Amino acid sequence: MTKPIDSVSSWPLRDRAAFYAAWAAGIALIAIAGAIVVYMAFRGAQYFDFGLLFESPSASLNQATSGGFKDPIVGTALLLIMSTAIAAPLGVVIAVWLTEYGRPAGLARAVESAVEVVAGTPSIVLAMFGLILFQEWFGFLTFDAEGAVLGRSFIAAASMMSLIALPLVVGATREALNSIPGHVREASYALGKTKAATIRRVLLPAARPGIGTGTALGMGRVAGDTAIVVVLLGSTLQILNGANGSVFGLFRGTGSTLTSYVYYNSPAGEGLAPEKAYFAAFVLLLVVILLNFVVTRIARGKEELWPR
Amino acid sequence: MATVTPPPAARDERDVILAPPPPVRRILVDSEPTVVQAPLGNGYATQAGVGLTAPLRRAEPSSAPKVERMRIEGVSIAYGEKLAVDEVSLPVRQGEVLALIGPSGCGKTTLLRSLNRLVEITPTAIRSGTIRLDGDDIDQMEVTALRRRVSMVFQQPNPFPMSVFDNVAYALREQGSGRPGKDALMSQVGDALVRAGLWDEVGATLDHPALRLSGGQQQRLCIARALAARPEVLLLDEPCSALDPRSTQVIEELILKLREEVAVVIVTHNMQQALRIADHVGFMYLGELVEYGLADQVFGAPREQRTREYVGGAFG
Repeated sequence: MTKPIDSVSSWPLRDRAAFYAAWAAGIALIAIAGAIVVYMAFRGAQYFDFGLLFESPSASLNQATSGGFKDPIVGTALLLIMSTAIAAPLGVVIAVWLTEYGRPAGLARAVESAVEVVAGTPSIVLAMFGLILFQEWFGFLTFDAEGAVLGRSFIAAASMMSLIALPLVVGATREALNSIPGHVREASYALGKTKAATIRRVLLPAARPGIGTGTALGMGRVAGDTAIVVVLLGSTLQILNGANGSVFGLFRGTGSTLTSYVYYNSPAGEGLAPEKAYFAAFVLLLVVILLNFVVTRIARGKEELWPR
Repeated sequence: MATVTPPPAARDERDVILAPPPPVRRILVDSEPTVVQAPLGNGYATQAGVGLTAPLRRAEPSSAPKVERMRIEGVSIAYGEKLAVDEVSLPVRQGEVLALIGPSGCGKTTLLRSLNRLVEITPTAIRSGTIRLDGDDIDQMEVTALRRRVSMVFQQPNPFPMSVFDNVAYALREQGSGRPGKDALMSQVGDALVRAGLWDEVGATLDHPALRLSGGQQQRLCIARALAARPEVLLLDEPCSALDPRSTQVIEELILKLREEVAVVIVTHNMQQALRIADHVGFMYLGELVEYGLADQVFGAPREQRTREYVGGAFG
């Protein structure tokens, strides 16, 4: 009987130990991920109350009357839409300029570094920066409580949130554009098209899966961020309109998101309603898993389109 | 038993190294071994009945009238310090296929890309000399207008990530507002697909994504795309090198048909291909146009030593 030469048992002890350690690390990660989902699903199911999803919250010491989390869900959705509306077009434009023009080279390098700085900044630092910005200069875009500018609003939170998503959009779009072979661009020029037309009609459609992936990744980060929400959106659980019920008032208003709602109701917050925190956390987890699912679906369309 | 002519006597040491391959013994089952001349590598048997080559499929010259479309006059192209094309002059005629052959890096692709001013997108490229299209200096033309008249197909099939229809209509659609609709373009798109010999295969599925087609179909789609704006000159940069033999044959037949209505310039590494489809051949070496002439002459009776060595398979 012949034994395969490359069987693990024939390896030196050191290699075998590393091999099993790698296995153990992988299995531990699966166990942790599984534990999070199962535990949150279990707790979420335990406190499952369909009505909570459609009820506005209210601050009350009596848990029976403190309402549900309709407003945090709406807040999360609103923040996602607003920050994506800022980050996606801006990120795509930056990535196209960097990949297709990138001149002068010094400016391009500076832009690259700037994107990296933004990507590396902790969200609480972005939040504090946003607070200064919106208190000092852009107070008219924020909620004012009888003349006192607090620097808090959906606009303030969404614009800082967009900075979290921006580097992800830029990175994924650049990668997608770089993966398009040069001869595809040349084919378009050779048909008498300008660079602008080539970008619009050929490169951006080809990069669409990459742009989608980056945007969805960014949305996942935005949905999960707490620091910016607590500092820049305010601690009101209900959405408060900033100006007589208009849409602009809504943008200027304050509110909450699922993350701030979970924080508020967790043992660390003031609400002290862990069962609601658990259910809300489960809903948040579902939202983020859904976004990740969308990412993988989009990324599947990313196979190599052309040979190099 | 075949009589064997000995290879021409070597004139100097260089010739000894680069002389045609020596005779080989041919051994057939149940027969005496015979000594025959080795195949010349280009499939062009110089002596009748000699060699192991397959019979040649040599295209008949076109009966269409020859019209000079482009004229290359003393064109030199350098990338920075490096001279890629050195003082080349050539005519490009409708009604025939001009093949540019030569080893890698000899400047044939650079020369081809100068005909639609595509070299200009390489920042370091500098060109001198004049290229005329129907008598007009191409440097004086709007580059987008020039490229509609002098169209190009690349080595790798590269349809755009859109439908078959939109690929062919790509060159027809002007930029900006007022993009013509599908119905307005249908006749031109259909015409281009018919001319590229692809209509029968994709005519019923024009809205399917172009990247789902096979490699050979994709390359013919690229040809259709290049033909849609009714160019006067079609440039082909090794259009078959990424394709299988059957697709190559289909495209070669297509090129022979197209030469009647458009001037065709093809760059190829493949000497057999040049021999099969070219009417005129330009052999380039180290940026120089070493020899230009009718395909039969360049392959059968090359005037220059370097040409003889290259088409004989001694280097390249």
